[in-house]
Amino acid sequence: MSTPIDYLLHLADNAVVLGQRNAEWCGHGPILEEDLALANVSLDLIGQARLLYQRVAELQGGDATEDKLAYFRDAHEFRNYTLLELPHHGPLVGYAAADRDYATTIVRNFLYSALMVLVWDGLQNSSDAGLAAIAAKSIKEASYHLHHARDWLVRMGDGTDESHARVQAAVNHLMPYTEEFWTISPAEGAAVAAHVAVDVWALRPAWDALVNDALAEATLSRPNFHGYVTEGKVGLHSEHLGFLLAEMQSLARAHPDGRW
Amino acid sequence: MSTATERVWAALEALTDPEIPVVTLRELGILREVNDAPDGLEVVITPTYSGCPAMGQIEDDVRATLAELGVAARVVTRLSPPWTTDWMSDAAKAKLHAYGIAPPHTRPPADVSVMRFIKRPVADVVSCPHCGSSHTVVTSQFGSTACKALYKCLDCQEPFDYFKPY
Repeated sequence: MSTPIDYLLHLADNAVVLGQRNAEWCGHGPILEEDLALANVSLDLIGQARLLYQRVAELQGGDATEDKLAYFRDAHEFRNYTLLELPHHGPLVGYAAADRDYATTIVRNFLYSALMVLVWDGLQNSSDAGLAAIAAKSIKEASYHLHHARDWLVRMGDGTDESHARVQAAVNHLMPYTEEFWTISPAEGAAVAAHVAVDVWALRPAWDALVNDALAEATLSRPNFHGYVTEGKVGLHSEHLGFLLAEMQSLARAHPDGRW
Repeated sequence: MSTATERVWAALEALTDPEIPVVTLRELGILREVNDAPDGLEVVITPTYSGCPAMGQIEDDVRATLAELGVAARVVTRLSPPWTTDWMSDAAKAKLHAYGIAPPHTRPPADVSVMRFIKRPVADVVSCPHCGSSHTVVTSQFGSTACKALYKCLDCQEPFDYFKPY
């Protein structure tokens, strides 16, 4: 039964990593309403990750728990898209930091939730009944995430010169990372064959239509892409994931089995 | 219904939502079933939003009530069918309205085409729970909790929460 497990971990790791990233805005949002919105989106994502990790622990049996999966695996064992672990700013050398950029946050949430409404929609018919039940809940949440991100994409893209330039820079920076959506990892291939997963290739035209429609309304252009395709979902990550996990996992690792 | 399940229902009936204390868990559709299973009583609850922090409190409240009653019953969390605001009773919606929260609209029938995601989403027209005006505007799609959106009434100028359809 390794097939659904590897695929479920990919979905769970996506949700927990983006949930942790977006939670960085908690208390630092550009306006109070967005601070609340991002915290709520993170709660949904972490909740989805918990349900998925619980399902994996159930399939693994023994002493597997959701906490062990989230807190006691290292970066190379995570199966999330590289897109989701990137910091909230444009490309810099690995050790450099910059202020968080809300355009980067919104564009990433838009690109990911545009994919996930389609993925969750398909997964409602998964042969894994546990996953199908999680999908039927998650699609309702992802629809609100997409609605929120799309609204801001249009407001900032079709806003001032400054907001337009920043959101276009974020699109140019992040769009190449979405190529990873369309390569099929061994775990995905096996899960599709077992009717556990949806074939992402079949979703691509709808995703393209969704993205192009929003970019056009936001007066943004879509960059052409030819280049390196990231492979986070097979465990080959950027330098950023380790720092994210260090922050997320340090408390659980300092106090194993701690309860509070 | 056995006497035991009736007693459990009667006790759990009093439990309210930790965030919205005017509505009960049963009215919200969170408390689903009390079953007299061969291996003992079981209480079935269904989670709302995946990350709702109130769910832990709700489960604790159910367990505490069962313990107080001296009833040994399992609490089972069931995901499917997924919780929906359409399960909320009319009485619950009226209470939300009186509490100052605009109750959720009924979900539109499911559109089977994925193209529904491409259309620009249109915010629901929500009546102000204070003055009844439908001249309102959405301020933010996420309010104090994930299940609510922030709206503002353009007539009475009051801000209010809208319980979003789920």
